[in-house]
Amino acid sequence: MSHDAKPKPVPVPVGEVVGQSVPKPDAREKVTGRALYTDDLVLPGMLHGALLGSPHPHARILAYDTSRAKALPGVRAVLTAEDLPPVDIGPVIKDQPLLARGKVRYAGEPVAAVAAVDLPTARRALELIDIRYEVLPAALDVDAALRPDAPVIHAPRGEGHPNVATHIRLVEGEPDKVWARCDAIIEDVYETPAQQHVYLEPCTTLAAVDPDTGRITIHTSTQTAFRVQAITAEALAVPMSRIRVQVPRVGGAFGGKVESTNQPITVALAKAAGAPVRLTFSRTDDMRMMRSRHGARIYMRTGATRDGRILARQVRIHYDTGAYADDGPFVAAIGSYFSRGPYRIPHVDVECWSVYTNKLRAGAFRGFGNPQVHFASEIQVDRLAEALGMDPIELRLRNALETGEKWLGGAPVESGTLRACLEKAREVSDWHRRRERPSTTSPGKRRGLGIAAVGHVSALLGSSATVRLNEDGTVNVSTGAVDTGQGSDTALAQVAAGALGLSLEQINFSRPDTDTSPYDWCTGGTRTTFTVGHVITEACEQVREQLFEHASAILERPVKQLELRPGGVVGVRGEPGLSTTFGAISGYALYVAGGPIIASSRWLFPAWQLDTRRTKVEGLPSMGNGFFVFAAQVAEVEVDEVTGKVDVLEAWCVHDVGRALNPAAAAGQVQGGFVQGLGYALTEELVWKDGHLVNPSMSGYKVPGALDVPVAIHPVLLERAFGPGPFGAKGVAEVGVVGAAPAIINAIRHATGARLNQIPATGERVLRALLAHEAPATKDG
Amino acid sequence: MSDKVSLSLTINGAQHALTVAPERTLLDVLREELRMTGTRRGCDAGDCGACTVLVDGLPMLSCLSLPARLGGRDIRTIEGVESGGELHPVQRALVQHGAVQCGFCMSGIVLAAKALLARNPSPTLDEVRHALGSNVCRCSGYARVVEAIASVGGRP
Repeated sequence: MSHDAKPKPVPVPVGEVVGQSVPKPDAREKVTGRALYTDDLVLPGMLHGALLGSPHPHARILAYDTSRAKALPGVRAVLTAEDLPPVDIGPVIKDQPLLARGKVRYAGEPVAAVAAVDLPTARRALELIDIRYEVLPAALDVDAALRPDAPVIHAPRGEGHPNVATHIRLVEGEPDKVWARCDAIIEDVYETPAQQHVYLEPCTTLAAVDPDTGRITIHTSTQTAFRVQAITAEALAVPMSRIRVQVPRVGGAFGGKVESTNQPITVALAKAAGAPVRLTFSRTDDMRMMRSRHGARIYMRTGATRDGRILARQVRIHYDTGAYADDGPFVAAIGSYFSRGPYRIPHVDVECWSVYTNKLRAGAFRGFGNPQVHFASEIQVDRLAEALGMDPIELRLRNALETGEKWLGGAPVESGTLRACLEKAREVSDWHRRRERPSTTSPGKRRGLGIAAVGHVSALLGSSATVRLNEDGTVNVSTGAVDTGQGSDTALAQVAAGALGLSLEQINFSRPDTDTSPYDWCTGGTRTTFTVGHVITEACEQVREQLFEHASAILERPVKQLELRPGGVVGVRGEPGLSTTFGAISGYALYVAGGPIIASSRWLFPAWQLDTRRTKVEGLPSMGNGFFVFAAQVAEVEVDEVTGKVDVLEAWCVHDVGRALNPAAAAGQVQGGFVQGLGYALTEELVWKDGHLVNPSMSGYKVPGALDVPVAIHPVLLERAFGPGPFGAKGVAEVGVVGAAPAIINAIRHATGARLNQIPATGERVLRALLAHEAPATKDG
Repeated sequence: MSDKVSLSLTINGAQHALTVAPERTLLDVLREELRMTGTRRGCDAGDCGACTVLVDGLPMLSCLSLPARLGGRDIRTIEGVESGGELHPVQRALVQHGAVQCGFCMSGIVLAAKALLARNPSPTLDEVRHALGSNVCRCSGYARVVEAIASVGGRP
């Protein structure tokens, strides 16, 4: 177990490339419009696909009649579940058919698929498909789904309520016994919405089947070429060796493209039609058919002593996973695992349910279960500070986990930098001065400042890399990592450049292709820079050894006297004039001795097994945990007391990134994450009426626009290099979204005294909270 | 199905004679008839700004525009923004500031910014924010995008 091994010193990069905000190589093709996304690709004879969504949230399928659709000129294939292998897929629970089979479980669920010569024809054909349904009673929220007589959404899988997809319990210490020792106890119920990814590029796939070999080629917008390959193989009962996945540019993903989107059904259409098919969702279909963040209701109780030691916490989490489990069990695991927050709380009792309802499935979304529990925890910690008469940052500092302490479950915190993040946030936001000045700035407006501490995870699961030296001394780096826009191609090329002392022009970083790239699990879990970066440095180290072996022969000096010099040069330490180039060494290896210089590296992040002597554990699905990372986020808001509108005026986001490989790219992640959190806090919410999504459009569902966010979102990157990430880098991608909402809600409280336990804090909810605050006799809302 | 109509469009200074169904939008024509795919389809409903083009210098959402009404107008798409292989200063600034992430919004943002700078060569940060009011970017949080565009006019 690596956790027990003495940590290796963090290596130092060669040359100046690591740590520079070099422009991303793909930025130019993106600002000129030349970048090719999947929907930009065309193959000869290509057809257009479209899916028919269910009109009911819950209904039995009695009969199909596709004859009218098939008869429409230009239609080449019409599929229903009857045309597909009877396979259910899902990363944890195998419960999802590609097209609804037997019954539909949410309004919008794909029930039929069409391929036609053009999109208007395909859409007309969908209207000609006749399906007879028997409408069933629906369970439209978690409460309804958990009633003993609730409609059963999936066949029961053993004991417990049939609509419970996942049930988890984690208990440490003796929480029942310590509440009496607490001087302050806060208890509340918190609600968070089904936020949607709204990646600007809707899900899209171009699939072709070679008529001679049957081999399938998929171009698609995804976070993972290899999972697409595996899921498509499973869903269509085809060997993985028959499937090739390539990933053009990806127009954003944020977790929504972690599992399959429309790849398997597009392949099925291409097979049935005998022609390539491109299926690009309309925005509305994407919003009705794909997935969202889990809406959650969280009961939380936290108690502390007078001197600010948090002693105990009880948590009850209900995640609404919608009609299919998807990544819900893992989301529930992360949510449970992070519900203690980044704090040392000795007595904890967590219980979590992930519950099926007849709504759009919920799955992975940046933060992965953690924004929900951080929302509850960070608001509750602020209220605890109020009850204790303590500064909110001071209370957090007194309870912040330090290096060497244990996470819930016993995993060690290897680089406990929350204290540093909080202290830096206090300094850069001028916390005390801003907190103490009067809140009223102009009539009807109030300003306030709020903070959230953040603990998250980076790394996890498996990656591999291959590094090859070309004949001219330049280097090819292959990984399976998908750059979804966050900039991993750039940062990882910088890692390879820094490991070998090359310039970026001397590195060719190739794009993912399951035929030629080594495996990578996924761009998700804040893992790509950390995990793929690690295997790149390891492979580069092997290449360095091979280079030195040959250089030793060429330069007639022992290996231990050799050094890497910037620009692709191996020199002799202390003899500045004595050196040879990578190109010369490559030629030697290719034509004199040893053979081509090539190395590969592989890694599975070593997951911490929960310590069951310390923690009572029930039902936690196994998923590799990762390396803990920390941040502190401060927001200043102005609340309009007449309309309830909240403006975020300024924000300070302090993140320990270990080492900023590309500071501009890291800062972009921090700022972009904060703004997704701002949307989560103030405007973003999927809304259903009678089981039908009422706002599946970008006018009905409001993501923040340029006028809704401040320019002054200050990214502050702490560089506490530590651990197996490349040159001590830690992940940052998801972290920015985790604390934004509680920081903003805490700022609203500071500005107005209004208590909001539910987001998004729309004008209406803020006004209600203001009224409740002014009339303290009424119950809090 | 409706009868097709013949029309002539001036796109990036070049004449294009086309025969299209009258309900086809300018975005459909650009992406599918002319294979000018730099103009992106994000929502097809006028909500995201990814399909922004310039018509006589002003930003227009191509997903809501019918080409039959655009004969004789000067249509400029992202493919026509560079001149002589040189990036427009807005494009250069977005690259240099590290403002580009997934890039799907960028065509629309470049054109909206180009139109702004044509009428206001030195916009403030706030003026840039207002000019981007119809362009959604889901990745960047806007800060670096706004700063990059403002930097072209000399504002910080």
